[in-house]
Amino acid sequence: MLFMSFLVFSGVYVIGDPVDILISDEADAEDRQRAIEGLGLDKPFHIQYLTFLGRALQGDLGDSFIFEEPALGLILERMPATLELALSALLIAIVIGIPLGMWAGMRPESKSARVIMTGSILGFSLPTFWVGIMMMMLFAVQLRWLPSTGRGDTVDLLGIDVSFLTLDGLSHLAMPAINLALFNLALVLRLTRAGVKEVVHQDFIKFARAKGVGRRRIVLVHILKNIMIPVVTVLGLEFGGLVAFSIVTETVFAWPGMGKLLIESIGLLDRPVIVAYLTIILLFFVIINLVVDVLYSILDPRVRLQEVKS
Amino acid sequence: MNRIARLGLALMATTMISGTALADDVTIGIRTEPSSMDPYFHNLGPNNAMLGQIFGRLVEWPPAMDKIIPRLATSWKAIDDTTWEFKLREGVKFHDGTAFTADDVLFSFARADGYTGGNSSFRTYTKGKTVTKVDDFTIHIKTEAPYPLMPNDMTTLMIMSSEAKGTGGEANNGIKAKDFNDGLATMGTGPYKFVEWKKGDQIVVEKYDGYAGPMAQPWDKITFKVIKSDPARTAALLAGDVDMIDDVATPDIPALKTNDAVALSQGVSNRVIYIHIDQFRDVSPFVTDKAGNALTKNPLKDARVRKALSKMIDRDEIVEKVMEGVAIKAGQLLPEGFFGRSPNLKPDAYDPEGAKALLAEAGWADGFALTIHGPNNRYINDGKIAEAIAQMLTRNGIPTKVETMPSSVYFKRASSGGPDKTPEFSFFLVGWGAGSGEPSSPLKSLLATVDASKGQGASNRGQHSDPELDAVLVEALATVDDDKRAALLAKATDIGIGRNMGIIPLHYQVNTWATRKGLKYEARADERTVGINLIKDN
Repeated sequence: MLFMSFLVFSGVYVIGDPVDILISDEADAEDRQRAIEGLGLDKPFHIQYLTFLGRALQGDLGDSFIFEEPALGLILERMPATLELALSALLIAIVIGIPLGMWAGMRPESKSARVIMTGSILGFSLPTFWVGIMMMMLFAVQLRWLPSTGRGDTVDLLGIDVSFLTLDGLSHLAMPAINLALFNLALVLRLTRAGVKEVVHQDFIKFARAKGVGRRRIVLVHILKNIMIPVVTVLGLEFGGLVAFSIVTETVFAWPGMGKLLIESIGLLDRPVIVAYLTIILLFFVIINLVVDVLYSILDPRVRLQEVKS
Repeated sequence: MNRIARLGLALMATTMISGTALADDVTIGIRTEPSSMDPYFHNLGPNNAMLGQIFGRLVEWPPAMDKIIPRLATSWKAIDDTTWEFKLREGVKFHDGTAFTADDVLFSFARADGYTGGNSSFRTYTKGKTVTKVDDFTIHIKTEAPYPLMPNDMTTLMIMSSEAKGTGGEANNGIKAKDFNDGLATMGTGPYKFVEWKKGDQIVVEKYDGYAGPMAQPWDKITFKVIKSDPARTAALLAGDVDMIDDVATPDIPALKTNDAVALSQGVSNRVIYIHIDQFRDVSPFVTDKAGNALTKNPLKDARVRKALSKMIDRDEIVEKVMEGVAIKAGQLLPEGFFGRSPNLKPDAYDPEGAKALLAEAGWADGFALTIHGPNNRYINDGKIAEAIAQMLTRNGIPTKVETMPSSVYFKRASSGGPDKTPEFSFFLVGWGAGSGEPSSPLKSLLATVDASKGQGASNRGQHSDPELDAVLVEALATVDDDKRAALLAKATDIGIGRNMGIIPLHYQVNTWATRKGLKYEARADERTVGINLIKDN
């Protein structure tokens, strides 16, 4: 984390400072100097960095240059929107991706399986922003079924604003969530199919079938459990990706999440926000990996047995 | 069946549109959101637009920026060479019901002047000025030297309540931008009051019933939705989610023009797009011979070469092809209709022969090679303009390379990327919006000799210098008589551009807003998007 903070800090430092972008045309040299001093950008690099580190250790990641509010607060304020979007996308990917993948894996030669597989190629090869704009043109402009942009009404749930509890919020959430889910949906679908195709032919399935276990139980318990490990791994990592890189979807649909904040902060060289954002994302990935590891041991008895042995 | 379905859709569409028209609420899709609700935090277009509706100003520009009009001040005049008197409007109340008096003006002045945070303070307009209260509704503003631009400066400064919460009656007590962003201290006299700001999402303002000023209040509630992406903003308008959008992307304009459900409004802005030319280095880093070797002298120092380059640029083609007709070619610092323009200057016509002759006269008949630098996300089509210019120069014997970059990288390098914090580039594209509505600000910043102690040449990145221009400009800035000052400003422009071609003006930006049918936006020359200029058009 120290390394990352240094990397990002120096990287943004090298590009420049926001004063050149933000200062009004009319300002003269004296005003410019005042602005630079006001932001603490007149000090040498190592002093700036050490000041930042000292404060960061006390949990203060600095004030945004642009908003003059704590960078951490700005990000946390927008985090629920992004999390909601990413979780919805993940849910869509799982709920649609796994059944379709299993269907395609059980009947690899059928027509429906082929249609699903071809569809999945589109899912991960079409660029997100293009699909987003196309969806907007179709569902918002032409059919007028869904609102084009924004987040809609939110409800306070345990102190966090959420939009999935209102109809208006849901209708706003639908398009961005599906848009963000498409890539992962295709990914989950293909992983599931590959897993099913492999597992179906293994001895324990044949044995179970010979033993007279119902088809339903074979599919839902024996096959599903065995294919879940790669799917969970990938989904875990992808969830981090969804949160960190929902930028494109958020920008297209004007979703007020933290990805949009990041892209705007980069454009304006708002260094405290960029550094704080990446620090949070780093933490996020660490937590997700932990959760994935825990899920492994639940899904795969072998992992638990190894732990016991050692 | 098909026909019925289509009819149904059409009906649905009309009911949806009229549905929004019945309630006097309006939703506007804006590209850039303000950075703060603190009126002294950041002198930035979106902030000045948004906050101007909430906080009043003493005087203001109308959309065309042709003549300053009264707001919180009812009249103003220079009572002697160094004193301006402003009479204030009586009976005005802040949103919390407290009365507006001269004390609030003094308070706002003190706050702007002493403000230490923020990025680009309003101190530019308060320094060197002393405000005194004569009575509750009269103030005097004194300067050390004659200062004709006092009303112009007062179009920028917003007035807040001296009794706003959190201030404790003290102008600079460390109250933070956050207190304004949360609405605590956001206390003005404007026609609309602050309701909420969800960052990155929306800003809501509501009609202030006690408003007693001259501004219109066409709506009960105005919601500003932040939609940064260009196609998404257009889609939001077409989908009926918003009633108006600003900054319509040029590629979308032809399609919107033919759409019956949409009305466009366009207006020339006070922003000129121009090229800075390195005139201070004897050897300029991005000017080489045609083989790419360094030259021993800098051809750009010669005014004839600069004029030749200007003649090689086909402004008609830039306006037609690059800007899709949405721009006006420029021959000076401000478009027609503004104060202090030169009557003598016309946009340079495309004239390859004339350019060749000038180059030969200057001893550069064989030409040289250049690199043009420009931002690619700051002005309308900026990257494409730089490319077009490079092609035009190359066609006329000045092989030109193009390098464009995001503005976050560009401006640092363009202002101080070279050795000793000098500007890095030799020939580079920038824009300038004259907020003061007359040419003294660009003359002072872009063409006057660089001198930090006098506050001159702050953005003179080519470091053009002409003592005669400096002298005329200094005289103009001290001339209170409008007609005389206009003549002097025109003369300074004649010298800086007509005679010296210190910068090469290209075109004035034209801004485009799109509304749904039935509404009309009065296009503003200062590029602001404000609810009060959006009116019903039946």
